Amino acid sequence: MRVETMSVLFRVIQIFRSGLGKFALPFAESSIAILMGILIGALFMIVLGYDPVAAYFALFRGAFGTVGGWLETLAFATPLMLTAITFAVGMKTGIFNIGAEGQVYLGAVGAAWVGGWIALPTILHVAAATVFGMLLGAFWALPAALLKIWKGVHEVISTIMLNWIGYYLAIYLAIYFLTGPRGEITKAVMVSARYPILVEGASLTSILFVAIVFCIAIYMFLWRAPAGYELRLVGSNPRAATYAGVRVRRAILFSFIIGGLAAGLAGAAQVIGRSPSWALYTNMSNVLNLGFIGIGVALIGRKHPIGGVFAAIFYGGVLHGGRFMEYYANVPSELVMFIQGIIVIALAVPELLKVLGVRSK
Amino acid sequence: MKTLLAKSFALLWNKKFAGIISTLAVVVAVFYLIEQAGMRSDLLVRMGLLAMTPLALAAIGECINEKAGTINIGLEGILGISAVLGVVGARLFENGIMGLLIGTLVGALIGFIFAIISVYGKADQIIAGMGINLLAMGMVSYLLLSVWRMPYYKLPTKFLVSPIYTPLGRIHPVTLIAIGAAILSQIFLYRTLFGIRVRAAGEAPEAVDVGGRSVYRIRIIASTIGGGLCGLGGAFLTIGWFGFLTRWIIAGRGFIALACVVFAGLEPLLALGAAFIFGFSEGSARWVAITPEVKEVIPFYFINMIPYIVTLIVVAIVIGRRGFPQAIGKPYIRE
Repeated sequence: MRVETMSVLFRVIQIFRSGLGKFALPFAESSIAILMGILIGALFMIVLGYDPVAAYFALFRGAFGTVGGWLETLAFATPLMLTAITFAVGMKTGIFNIGAEGQVYLGAVGAAWVGGWIALPTILHVAAATVFGMLLGAFWALPAALLKIWKGVHEVISTIMLNWIGYYLAIYLAIYFLTGPRGEITKAVMVSARYPILVEGASLTSILFVAIVFCIAIYMFLWRAPAGYELRLVGSNPRAATYAGVRVRRAILFSFIIGGLAAGLAGAAQVIGRSPSWALYTNMSNVLNLGFIGIGVALIGRKHPIGGVFAAIFYGGVLHGGRFMEYYANVPSELVMFIQGIIVIALAVPELLKVLGVRSK
Repeated sequence: MKTLLAKSFALLWNKKFAGIISTLAVVVAVFYLIEQAGMRSDLLVRMGLLAMTPLALAAIGECINEKAGTINIGLEGILGISAVLGVVGARLFENGIMGLLIGTLVGALIGFIFAIISVYGKADQIIAGMGINLLAMGMVSYLLLSVWRMPYYKLPTKFLVSPIYTPLGRIHPVTLIAIGAAILSQIFLYRTLFGIRVRAAGEAPEAVDVGGRSVYRIRIIASTIGGGLCGLGGAFLTIGWFGFLTRWIIAGRGFIALACVVFAGLEPLLALGAAFIFGFSEGSARWVAITPEVKEVIPFYFINMIPYIVTLIVVAIVIGRRGFPQAIGKPYIRE
């Protein structure tokens, strides 16, 4: 009995240690990349005559210094962890899917339509709006997937074109069919289609849990389901996958559809899962750039669905804190996008740790 | 004479060229229809040429770059950053031409840094290129807001570089530069020793290395030239064409230029042709948008989609991948 307990304990420690070892190196790499982004961002502030210390202090204090700050940070993180999934699943399948942006727009339009214009009983309404948003997101991923499968069109070009077409289409749909009494915003979704607010006064709603469950589901799918294994096999070695009898085209299609569902959910989250607007701005301002930021988040999270959740919380904090930076230090919050670019470039360099003198295996 | 004709016919019948020629035939047919409808097509050509210029410059640069074996999808970002800094330069030196020059230098610098990262850092070039795009998205609006304190800046007219009168009508000097760059880089790539080395660096880097030339240096030079051309295109957008600056100014042009490169199979002259087709579609979209009869029927948003839809369709019809260098996108590791 005792020996058994010991061996179980030993096993747990072993798993923990090996897990930690696997975790430590990527974490160090991401941290160094983030640090580089922050440093070069600071340099860029000094060049234009801002005070970087005050700016970063305002940013991190605003994002993580208070309970209210944390709640907003999580609200910002919710769509990001989903758009990160889009990019991460694509990368796992060897596809550079940067179409989350357009899929988010369409997902938001779908949720705004079902939520605002179709009357349903409460739980059903929430579910219908969410699912419809996700389906529209997946629908917008389909052209890129089919062009890739049938014609070999590179997804970088097709997804960006679809992003722009989606941008104008979403604005058109929002303005011509979904506007409410105020022109710049769609009709607010009905109360029955809203996710419940978690804390009074905060904009965070329970869609956070839906997003996290979705991320865990994708993780389980990729690492536990046979179809998910096929996806990863296609990504790591397409030729071997073909020999192993994997249907590569089907795997690519799946990857795009999962990405589209995730991005659509992100768009829906901004409309039916975010107080106080509960609507889509007709110039897309409350869903803008979520897809592109998701790329950076996915890379910081090491192209892993669960890693993406943590990276999204970090980056949600940066986005939320950016507003404080703008308010207290006058630094335009667009700087956070610049910093993200630096982080992504730094993460593209595989020998970053070696360059900086850290020894890796 | 007969063999020459047969040769040129065979050249034209080459599949790659057939795509371009059939598309150009469609363009000519459209012109004919427009003339028949009693509308002015010279305006349309002028707009098409203006819209072609940044696409062509970026695409030609990227052709040279990819021939040497590095693939830079950060064209969108280079266009954006050089558009902003070109305007800053024009204000600083109070001269539009200096602005274009600054834009070129900025583009070359970004191309250089990108090459250093991908050659010595062995970076994943696709991710690094996307990093440039993301960085530029932030940088453009950040600079706009912190230099001019507003999200929109209109250039004083005296800083603009305007089209010049030529026997063929009013053509912008930068458009001429773009056409010249296409011809020169075609000659450069196929008829000069360095051009052959550039192509070899993309096809068989080991051979270049064995031959005693540095693959690294060749790739860095090619990427710098490519970035410089792209930078000129970005500065042209603001200083030569629009005359104003917003955060949306690039609007996917970098990726349309990438589509041109794929379409052209890395041949600079074909890239110029492809850029004209895409530029023409954009020019006609702008032209349609200001035509009163059309404006009332079709919502403005659908007209805005035209360039992107055309790009998607053209890329779908012409399959890329053909004729790409062997070592493209792979960092060269010396043994």
